[in-house]
Amino acid sequence: MARISGIDLPKNKRGVIGLTYIFGIGRSVAAKILTECGIDHNKKVSEWDDEELNKIRKMITDSILVEGELRSEKQLNIKRLLDIGCYRGLRHRKGLPVRGQRTKTNSRTRKGKRKTVAGKKKVTK
Amino acid sequence: MARSLKKGPFVDVKLDKKVSILNETKKKSVIKTWSRRSMITPDFVGHTFGVHNGNKFIPVYVTENMVGHKLGEFAPTRTFRTHPIKKEA
Repeated sequence: MARISGIDLPKNKRGVIGLTYIFGIGRSVAAKILTECGIDHNKKVSEWDDEELNKIRKMITDSILVEGELRSEKQLNIKRLLDIGCYRGLRHRKGLPVRGQRTKTNSRTRKGKRKTVAGKKKVTK
Repeated sequence: MARSLKKGPFVDVKLDKKVSILNETKKKSVIKTWSRRSMITPDFVGHTFGVHNGNKFIPVYVTENMVGHKLGEFAPTRTFRTHPIKKEA
């Protein structure tokens, strides 16, 4: 069982993919880690031996911000925006898109499920 | 798209002058400005700006972690309208 920074990695996936199960590690970072540790990208997670695993673990704890720490940093960044009361903070507060996207339609990810407003009459012919 | 670092931060010359005068004389007063595009520099910290939002001047007290933002970000130009929330009887 490969366990890195509090996350169980899937056993039977390729190393590059397996590492992406950690929050804060995507494909490119995963590839970088494996290259620097000198491990073949295609090697399955279950095939890593202890030495390799420790190498990876050490590298992640030393140089990459992952999981809880990354999440809290993200939250702090948002909190800063909220506190200074700038435009981006206001958008965060209202749960609307922050980077100038349209809101007439779409932006459902930020706004959540549609809330239908009653009272709009249907067009009758 | 972020601005090239080579150019340095943009501050309207007029505004910069007003701030440096205030800094020299150690006075505090509201600086009215239309220059929403100006970057907030460390010199601005502690001053209050009246930032124009197209209608009136919004007072903005500049604190330390506002540095690097633009003045306009703190004076919203649009009024946010919502539907009135009906209370269920």
